[in-house]
Amino acid sequence: MPIARHWPKAVLGSLMGLLLLPIFATLVYSLSSHWGATILPDGFSLNWYLQLWAEPRFLAALGRSLLVCGGSLLLTYLVVVPAAFVIFYRYPQLDKPMGLLILLPFAMPPVVASVGLLSLYAGGALPLVGTPWILLGCYFSLALPLLYRALANRLSRLALHDLMAAAQLLGASAPKAFWLVILPSLRKSLFSALFLSFSFLMGEFVFANLLVGTRFETLQIYLYNMRATSGHYTSALVISYFLITLLLTWLASRFNR
Amino acid sequence: MTSLILSRTTTWDAPRTGPSTRRPLALLWLLPLLLLLGLFCLAPLGWVLWHAIWSPDGFTLSRFASILDSPFYRQAFGKSLWLSGCSSLAGLLIAGVGAAALTRVPGRWRDAVIAFTNMSSNMAGVPLAFAFIVILGTNGAITLMARQWWGIELFDLYSMNGLLLLYIYFQLPLALLLLYPAFDNLQPQWQEAAALLGASPWQILRHITLPVLAPALLGTFILLFANAMGAYASAYALTLGNINLLTIRIASLVSGDLFPDPELAAALCVLLLLILALICWGNQLLKGRFHYANR
Repeated sequence: MPIARHWPKAVLGSLMGLLLLPIFATLVYSLSSHWGATILPDGFSLNWYLQLWAEPRFLAALGRSLLVCGGSLLLTYLVVVPAAFVIFYRYPQLDKPMGLLILLPFAMPPVVASVGLLSLYAGGALPLVGTPWILLGCYFSLALPLLYRALANRLSRLALHDLMAAAQLLGASAPKAFWLVILPSLRKSLFSALFLSFSFLMGEFVFANLLVGTRFETLQIYLYNMRATSGHYTSALVISYFLITLLLTWLASRFNR
Repeated sequence: MTSLILSRTTTWDAPRTGPSTRRPLALLWLLPLLLLLGLFCLAPLGWVLWHAIWSPDGFTLSRFASILDSPFYRQAFGKSLWLSGCSSLAGLLIAGVGAAALTRVPGRWRDAVIAFTNMSSNMAGVPLAFAFIVILGTNGAITLMARQWWGIELFDLYSMNGLLLLYIYFQLPLALLLLYPAFDNLQPQWQEAAALLGASPWQILRHITLPVLAPALLGTFILLFANAMGAYASAYALTLGNINLLTIRIASLVSGDLFPDPELAAALCVLLLLILALICWGNQLLKGRFHYANR
């Protein structure tokens, strides 16, 4: 019965085809020199990419995105890694409440958080609205669930007390033992969560648009502002962005093995 | 992304006899985390909850009354609910068939499909809206093809139907990644046993497969629904904010609009959160009916 044998592959093939279609069409569009009222493009060229990657405004936006995502991930790692270790080493009973607490930023739509943030930090003691600093805090709360979950999965499987005791018996102080023994065993989780959250944050639009907008033009804001320009140019932009996130997720999956 | 956070495969079972409370100073390491979470997550939530019900004159429900009175806001609720419900159901259905197919192909195929699904889940928000404009917009490739080859005018991408298609697209990868583990847990022996006892394929589906999958299907539906209700970027980028959705209304009440009204936005947020909470509660209620839900 060929149908019974082959339907799963047919289903999956068409499903993947559908998912690929917008990406593939955008790729073709970005590579075609002109594609007006005809079905197939007139010719192919890399001109749109050359134009894009020579555009100072695009490069500046990309730089800002990398800077703000990198900065918030640095902050997230500095804060969450020691906290997760302390929870699992000294206060394992706190893991459950933490697990619930980190669901909050994950469950609250960014639009809802923005309403409060806009009013709280528009002036007063912390005038953060309109500056990239507010994105550091917002992106911290977006990356926190990802990183904590990844660390918790690994930490709960490590024999923390044995490792720490062994290192300390050999003369290492507690911080040194953490640095030389625990941190290296978390390496895979740390890197895999890093690339995943990096690609996630690079795609963030809501906070960037509502809280900062054009005053600090990130990649997503630039993309949105370019909506009125040539479709070929924005397609090259979309594909370039997509390739960057693809590279990041590929790196994440390499470390996740 | 979601599946990563919500799948808790391991449980804590290490000895709890460590030096647990001898050094309360260690708790200081948790302070920055709590401070940041408080400033950027709890405080905004608190602001929203407080300002939705509090005016200079005291407690008030007038904002909720004016929202429910206004046909404009009622329409926003209706459209958001319709879009979320339809896109979640369609995503669930298509991903269900996909997940069933995924358990019936060789491992090499499975890995490739999962990797590809992960990859396509990166396509969301503004870039996704632009990609859809390229293929289905007024001069999109498929629009032109349909016009020239078959002489048909496709639907308008910038309408609710176009938005529905876009939403289904970004729900699909999430649905597939969330559903697949449950489908993978189905034992073929159960179906074989039922078939040996004379059950028809329909009876097997109705009495064995669906009840076993029900908790996973429900849970996935909730996540998809919440995901769609809170979505903003793709709808905003596609229609430039010209479509009447709940998140678009909330955002336009606080940013650069002619008539900013953060308190009204807060009340809309509370209603949105209430809908999400109600649906989660319904999920818990229904889940309780399946005694094997928490195996």
